[in-house]
Amino acid sequence: MDETLLRSLTPSVLGILVRRGIDFAAAEDAVQDALVEAVRVWPSDPPRDPKGWLTTVAWRRFLDAARADAARRRREDLVDEEPTPGPARTVDDTLQLYFLCAHPSLTPSSAVALTLRAVGGLTTRQIAHAYLVPEATMAQRISRAKRTVSGLRFDRPGDVATVLRVLYLVFNEGYSGDVDLAAEAIRLTRQLAAAIDHPEVAGLLALMLLHHARRAARTAPDGSLVPLAEQDRSRWDTRSIAEGVEILQGALARDQLGEFQAQAAIAALHADAPTAEETDWVQIVEWYDELARLTDNPVVRLNRAVAVGAADGPRAGLAALAAVDDALPRYTAVAAYLHERDGDLARAARLYSEAAQQAPNLAERDHLTRQAARLNARGRR
Amino acid sequence: MAKYLLLKHYRGGPAAAVNDVPMDQWTPAEISAHMQYMRDFAARLEGTGEFVDGQALAPEGTFVRYDGEGRPPVTDGPFAETKDLIAGWMVIDVDSYDRAVELAGELSAAPGAGGKPIHEWLELRPFLSEPPTITE
Repeated sequence: MDETLLRSLTPSVLGILVRRGIDFAAAEDAVQDALVEAVRVWPSDPPRDPKGWLTTVAWRRFLDAARADAARRRREDLVDEEPTPGPARTVDDTLQLYFLCAHPSLTPSSAVALTLRAVGGLTTRQIAHAYLVPEATMAQRISRAKRTVSGLRFDRPGDVATVLRVLYLVFNEGYSGDVDLAAEAIRLTRQLAAAIDHPEVAGLLALMLLHHARRAARTAPDGSLVPLAEQDRSRWDTRSIAEGVEILQGALARDQLGEFQAQAAIAALHADAPTAEETDWVQIVEWYDELARLTDNPVVRLNRAVAVGAADGPRAGLAALAAVDDALPRYTAVAAYLHERDGDLARAARLYSEAAQQAPNLAERDHLTRQAARLNARGRR
Repeated sequence: MAKYLLLKHYRGGPAAAVNDVPMDQWTPAEISAHMQYMRDFAARLEGTGEFVDGQALAPEGTFVRYDGEGRPPVTDGPFAETKDLIAGWMVIDVDSYDRAVELAGELSAAPGAGGKPIHEWLELRPFLSEPPTITE
């Protein structure tokens, strides 16, 4: 039984049913029933058109359920007049699901969970594992999300920016659990990019591919972080980089710059450098300026200070840093880095250990503690 | 989507306690009401998809450490012992820090003697997480 095939078909079948006017929760029940039937029947009798098969069976299951429910009689009359399902259309219906699952009425965590469930076709257990919460908690989160969106209709296109934010949240969630959420986010963004012609969708896809390409080099075998400058660049995935750059160029050529395209451009410049020293920092600073213009995000100004430090020297970096709010996460780590490059090792060591106290995750805390220890050991010699 | 640990404390905080009648001097009905409040709180968070885990701790505690081959572990000492402080904990998974503070405030209002809120101190600590994908 091809589980990947089933998973990839689930959202479009669901999309078709919802498009035909079935309530979201009822449609999902019907699709689940059809999947169970497929697992039973397909091994001995594989269908010629798996998607058409699933749609037809799910539709019948829905009709059965509707007939069994007297309260739904009126809807049954309506569906009687509908034409019988023919060959299923593809992308269009799934696109509606993306917008529904990223609806602004949902909290970010609910939108993420619903997207992985309905568009991604993951099981509740898989999603719960990935987010390290009990299955019951995730089941509740998803069913609340379903209730929230169940009254909504598809009469207006949703907000692409919201969908992209949800997909980027999934991508950034890391790698815990038995499902690789980064790969899953790329798969879903690919699907979205195929369905919708939008430069920022392409920008996000390029950004994910470029970040993902560096994944193998980003951590040492013991799990500790390897900073960009020290990464073994031969371990970067060149195919993924080439694809990301090509997608990005296509998007930039359309001259509708957005924040994901600008971020992808920065990632592409890093990926393009044969060594850390040969990085085109001047151009990276220019892209950060663009990004700051587009988003006015303080984190962007913080990252820009790092780039300025590399392009024009640590003093210039510290001057750029002085204009940034020092309460930002990672501010202290950036200050430590720039002071070290400026030769003030004692101050850098102090700042590194201060930054370690504020680190949001274990790998980062360990990395910063090691930086402080390295400088302190040098001071003692 | 961040996890927080809510640590329930046996002791009050620096300010004068508002309703600090020890639990063994409550009426059985007051104890039941207190427990029910916490159960309802947890059940509601299960409903919102924000509950991760929760347990109560016994008031006994022992310190143990390695003290060299063949020597017994040391089991007491002049430490600040959490058994004096920590009564139990709950882990929640919420969208924001503000939401975590809101829920902690609500749990701290569990009823005690006379059915009045006990104003229990709750310590709120964020979990360190897995590193996100983007680290550069």
